[in-house]
Amino acid sequence: MLNLESVVVTTRSGVRLVDGVDLTVGAGEIVGLVGESGSGKTVTTTAVFGLAGPGVAVTGGRAVFDGNDLAGADLRRLRGAQVGFVFQDPSTALHPLLRIGDQIAEAGQVHGRHVDVAAALAEVGVPDPARRVRQYPHELSGGLRQRVAIAIALANRPKLVVADEPTTALDVTVQMQVLRLLARMRDEQGTATLLITHDLGLVAEVADRVAVMYAGRVVETGTVAQIFAAARHPYTRALLASRPRLAAGRSALPVIGGAPPVPAARPAGCAFHPRCALATDLCATVAPEPADGVACHFAGGPS
Amino acid sequence: MSALVIENLVRTYDGGLTAVDNVSLTVAAGETYALVGESGCGKSTLARCAVRLDTPTGGRIVVNGRDVTRLSRRALRPLRGGFQLVFQDPMSSLEPRLSAHDAVGEALRIHGRYRPEAVDALLTEVGLDPSLGARLPHQLSGGQRQRIGIARALALEPQLLVLDEPVASLDVSVQAQVVNLLRELQDRRGLAYLFIAHDLAVVASLAHRVGVMYLGRIVEEGPAAQVLTDPQHPYTRALVDAIPVESPALRRERTVLKGEPPSPVERPGGCVFHPRCPIARPSCAQEVPALEERVPGLRVACPYS
Repeated sequence: MLNLESVVVTTRSGVRLVDGVDLTVGAGEIVGLVGESGSGKTVTTTAVFGLAGPGVAVTGGRAVFDGNDLAGADLRRLRGAQVGFVFQDPSTALHPLLRIGDQIAEAGQVHGRHVDVAAALAEVGVPDPARRVRQYPHELSGGLRQRVAIAIALANRPKLVVADEPTTALDVTVQMQVLRLLARMRDEQGTATLLITHDLGLVAEVADRVAVMYAGRVVETGTVAQIFAAARHPYTRALLASRPRLAAGRSALPVIGGAPPVPAARPAGCAFHPRCALATDLCATVAPEPADGVACHFAGGPS
Repeated sequence: MSALVIENLVRTYDGGLTAVDNVSLTVAAGETYALVGESGCGKSTLARCAVRLDTPTGGRIVVNGRDVTRLSRRALRPLRGGFQLVFQDPMSSLEPRLSAHDAVGEALRIHGRYRPEAVDALLTEVGLDPSLGARLPHQLSGGQRQRIGIARALALEPQLLVLDEPVASLDVSVQAQVVNLLRELQDRRGLAYLFIAHDLAVVASLAHRVGVMYLGRIVEEGPAAQVLTDPQHPYTRALVDAIPVESPALRRERTVLKGEPPSPVERPGGCVFHPRCPIARPSCAQEVPALEERVPGLRVACPYS
């Protein structure tokens, strides 16, 4: 459904935010795009769909959506109709002065589609939809607002949903409800979903495949089973190991030293090498090319 | 001696909002008491009362053996060094034009105890090179800023730190570093922590005891290992069950708790959890369940669990 090949995203001042990303999201699958701040996980998709803001543009590679190259596409017709977006903070996605029913209907109207608003709300699990359609965003809780935002994203039955940290602002019990909803859309309608998150738990919970980003590149991809059982990139392994575990009790967590680099000052060679336990002189000079789903000179080597 | 004793704390606001409803807890020296719960449960209000950034409507707060419940700002000033609050977002709690060195040294200066070496020692203790002291907050990473926030809190050698979501806004790899730092500081200095958090896995890696709050009340309290792995109250069970799995091999069907916590303005009668509770009985809508001791150290506010 979505196919990115060597996509490069650059700012006006020449900083490469995304440095050659390959990524595919197929129909009926949820792909988790995992990374820390500054890794480029958000800007990759906002840039290819023309939402990245002024001065940030795709300057290399190819982005193909549903068989069409996005470089020449009318992105305004595409967004909202064939691609739905769900963002972290639902209160910024909703118009504060319009009834939520009208906002869902409008999402359809601009693309010439009539939406049964109450049914759309019921579909995303909003209780008492007939009453809710007349309410304003401020009358809803955070979890209900996020459901409304998802209802808007789904209003035109998009082929692809890009969900960027959709549960980060929500409480844990509500987070699980939203994850269940994404999984149901995939199962019942075959929606292709790109789940962008920093939280490996969400990926373990609902994703089918994973891409791990670090410093503007995808360093490892695989099925969730592969990544969680036998990750090969040292960064993926360290990320998995540094997660606190409920059963481990009050004990020291394995850590990755240092912090993720900012895009303007990424290390040469493999960008992870200053924080990597396996790094050699080679890693400091030569950036590893992705091969067989992993970009590391020593993938599969000793951990 | 307990570093913090909170007795029957109540915080209500005009307009009928009850944020904290009769909460009692103690934190011993060298101990982490984690207060967990979802948004609106009153955990941050309780934290602000504990360091007297807010004044409770009722109840008593004893910090380091001293009743501070109704002390004036002036009377609190000489005591403040003994109990400090660390905020979630150090970017908004640090003065943007104050260097890291000056931010950490500020309290020492006010108390006439400033020495550059003392500040360098604090920076080193939180894992920062003293040369970073010249930087302004925006020139530091999120993890470095939070270390500055912690060093600032430590400057006057407190016995109690109240940590309000101190790692919630940090990257995963940095989160683990800061949690480890907090654990080491506690073990080295014998600090008492009141640790406010929503991420139960982070709580597990730091806490000795856990209190679970729902709509202003503690519904379960006990040793961290017990509460997090064998929860008793239906709400605690739902919270623990809602933690995402650690690996896809552990995916399971689960009963997801319906709805969301109601607003603290419209608190249900009886047990505040009854409208969402999977095992609620008619009497739960009338009777407020007492927080009763099941076994020594474990208290649960539910007669049916």
